[in-house]
Amino acid sequence: MNRTIAYITFRGMLGRRRALLLFALPALLLVLAVTLRATGNNDLDISTVVLQRFALGTVLPLLGLIAGTGVIGPEIDDGQIMYILTKPISRSVIITTKLAVAIALIIGFGVIPTLVAGLILTGTLAQLAVAFAVAVLVGGTAYCAVFVALAVYSRFAVTIGLMYALIWESLIGNFAPGAKNLSIQQWSLAIAKSLTSATAVKADISLGAAVVLLIIVSAGGTLLATTRLRTLSVTSAD
Amino acid sequence: MSTIKLENVSRWYGNVVAVNGVSMTIGPGVTGLLGPNGAGKSTLIHMMGGFLSPSSGTATLDQAPIWKNPEVYRKLGLVPERESAYDFLTGRQFVLAMAKLHKLTQPIAASRRALGLVEMEDAADRTIGTYSKGMKQRIKMASALIHDPPVLLLDEPFNGMDPRQRLQLMELIRRMADEGRTILFSSHILEEVERLAQHIEVIVAGRHAASGDFRDIRRLMTHRPHVFMVRSSDDRLLASAIIADGSARSVQLTEAGLQVEAVDFRRFTWLVPQAARAADVRLWEVSPTDESLESVFSYLVAK
Repeated sequence: MNRTIAYITFRGMLGRRRALLLFALPALLLVLAVTLRATGNNDLDISTVVLQRFALGTVLPLLGLIAGTGVIGPEIDDGQIMYILTKPISRSVIITTKLAVAIALIIGFGVIPTLVAGLILTGTLAQLAVAFAVAVLVGGTAYCAVFVALAVYSRFAVTIGLMYALIWESLIGNFAPGAKNLSIQQWSLAIAKSLTSATAVKADISLGAAVVLLIIVSAGGTLLATTRLRTLSVTSAD
Repeated sequence: MSTIKLENVSRWYGNVVAVNGVSMTIGPGVTGLLGPNGAGKSTLIHMMGGFLSPSSGTATLDQAPIWKNPEVYRKLGLVPERESAYDFLTGRQFVLAMAKLHKLTQPIAASRRALGLVEMEDAADRTIGTYSKGMKQRIKMASALIHDPPVLLLDEPFNGMDPRQRLQLMELIRRMADEGRTILFSSHILEEVERLAQHIEVIVAGRHAASGDFRDIRRLMTHRPHVFMVRSSDDRLLASAIIADGSARSVQLTEAGLQVEAVDFRRFTWLVPQAARAADVRLWEVSPTDESLESVFSYLVAK
């Protein structure tokens, strides 16, 4: 971890227009929770749908994409990464710092709002709120690792990430059972299921498999990003 | 005292060769890397700065490989060509952040010193986004000087600067060099390089075209044949006068006027008005046709 890199990254993330999305997504979740609670539509089944489909299935991948690519992608595109790369700092420290900032953003804009929304909806019933908050944290870490790596590898990281999250996980993952095996969302859901007694939470992946896959993907993404950063060529026009 | 050494360095992108078998040694003092746009200057600087791996050959800084070796940045300061610094930071925050990234023991003192060197104290508390091009260039310079590096690489540092800023930066670079630093800067403008660099390396189309003291390069450039277009009241008469003198290799009568290939630039430019007056011919136009830098360079390559 490097505090200076973290400071610059936070300033960059929260100063950009994209930051509005970071605020808007969890705000939407909270408004939805409050509305359902106020209208009395907050039984366990509906609450599960909100947390699973919206918090875990929609808000989290988008947050992961914004945070994961945002902490490093624009810097590579605009060339400012040179100011960090021209310092005697190991490339793994740079990547872990970027990743830590992305995860901190996930905690602030994903984990805490999910917990609060869960508590508004169901209180402490069936540990549903905590279960999904943990799932969002673990899944968020994996998303960030993947998207940071993607941002170091490709200038089209946001597009590729959106296709993965929206088309693969949401569309194909919901119809083709096989695709679920390769879905961060489904692995996170397995974590949530293991932590709650609510029967409405169903997962197709076993907890053991989910944990192993989440660890592999998070560590793999970090490693790939570091390796790639070591040989990052700045190919600006001559 | 530090030395950057390129040994038979080439770099290609797919089928395109950007740099072709270049060997050079950059020692203390100011070295100018001169070449037309697209010649491969940036590619060379990126390889010297560790941002690009040579496709073949080696680039070293005091015998240590530069590629994949972040430790070289203790000795190396780099001013990239691209303008973008962190626009949302103030100049002071930016330079201080760079000091901290270098893990200097006294980052605040170091950043104050660097801001002083480039004379940016007054604007240091404005965000970089509000700076002019020249100011951005200076703040980038401050960030590169923060750890007092013995080697400084500057990619097109004078681009977009007004004459006053240009003079200031030249002054600063000279001062840095007097302190024994090794400084390399790239430019496509001969006058800039000539005014600042004791030593010049010329790159044309990815090849190392010439190397040496600026006087040698100047001589090479002035001794090449110059082609002039001359229009006058009596081209035929003037042509005979020019041919008789011997300062021109050939004179060609064309529809548009006389096309003269001069061998001695000085003598020819002196002769033409004299000869015209003696022959009572009125000169309408004397214009060099190949004065573009590219033609100068292509002549050097052919040598």
